[in-house]
Amino acid sequence: MAIAVSSQTIGPYWHLLRDPTWADMTRFGATGEVIRIEGRITDGAGDLVTDACVEIWQASPPVSDTFDGFGRAGTDAQGRFSIKTIKPGPVPGLGNAQQAPHVAVTILARGLTKGLATRIYFKGDDGHETDPVLNLIEDPARRETLIATQTTPGVWSLDICLQGDTETVFFDV
Amino acid sequence: MSDPVPFRPYVAQTQPEYDAAIYGSTKFRHPDQKLLKIPHSITETTGPQFARSRYPSVIDLSKVASGEAQGQRIIVEGRVTDEDGRPVPNTMIELWQANSTGRYHHEGDQHDAPLDPHFHGAGRVFTDAEGKYRYTSIKPGAYPWRNHHNAWRPNHIHYSLFGAGFASRIITQMYFEGDPLMALDPIYNMVPDEAARKRLIALFDINLTEPEWALGYRFDIVLRGRGATPIEEAHAGSH
Repeated sequence: MAIAVSSQTIGPYWHLLRDPTWADMTRFGATGEVIRIEGRITDGAGDLVTDACVEIWQASPPVSDTFDGFGRAGTDAQGRFSIKTIKPGPVPGLGNAQQAPHVAVTILARGLTKGLATRIYFKGDDGHETDPVLNLIEDPARRETLIATQTTPGVWSLDICLQGDTETVFFDV
Repeated sequence: MSDPVPFRPYVAQTQPEYDAAIYGSTKFRHPDQKLLKIPHSITETTGPQFARSRYPSVIDLSKVASGEAQGQRIIVEGRVTDEDGRPVPNTMIELWQANSTGRYHHEGDQHDAPLDPHFHGAGRVFTDAEGKYRYTSIKPGAYPWRNHHNAWRPNHIHYSLFGAGFASRIITQMYFEGDPLMALDPIYNMVPDEAARKRLIALFDINLTEPEWALGYRFDIVLRGRGATPIEEAHAGSH
């Protein structure tokens, strides 16, 4: 068996790849409930993370000619990212389980030797009580680190903390 | 609906830890909490597939419209497969690198080395049906960084790969055979397993080298496989 390649940091100069239009996942004409997902990333010293690459993948709505399911944004000088997309619906989990609406998130940055994987869910959804991933998190306060709140109509906000007392739940995927 | 086939865990010692004193920037950016192991649902087993028509290829980084870049011209060719040896076809690879003097075309790079007006340093290639890819560039220079006294990054090209599912997404760096800076580089050496580190090194290949034109390097990449390992399957069969 061959062995998979090792990860290396994305480093501080990944912006050479950056295309700001990728932060708009509706750019190919997707229709549905258009939302904006935004947040601020801080590190364990409380400093803003201003050089991160934030990537989103969502399996719902399904990929089509008008929707790639993938978005990418950089954090700005205030550590903020913002991605426009279509609000996902529930998707199947394993067995008969149903997963509450969510997007998968990967954070890449200088100082991160591997991507950090997490998810963003949407506060108020009935499916959170039975979501198989949220239910793996015993501490209710930590569970909240994955749940965005609607700050204004259509805008969902969730701050991400890489380290410390308010550390976001990150996954071993 | 049957469950999707999960990706296999990465082999032990082949991936860097998040936290290492030798790489200073990890200090406040590594998670303190243990990562939460989650099952692979369709969120993890599926991933973006990029249409060539919407994501145009940039396969020659050695020149821009205004002219040719300075430096040693190189051709890099390789194959992307999974751990079972199956080709990963039609997958997008993103590339970025410093110029021949060791400077990135990036406002954050203040290294006192000249920018090259004919070198941008970002590329995009797709694998073919057999998983093969190829591009032309110039050999990136080494550059200093402030991680420790007299720290220099070895020559390297950054790679971004997606593969079949979001769980196979990976960012890595390709190094060059014979570079003495690799032995001193914290980022390279954070990969614990020596054989795994060596798989990050492109090998000079005279057969890829084009006379009167460019040096050839080969760099094959393996992405995660799915399902049980062949060894586990063999064990299961013997019981």
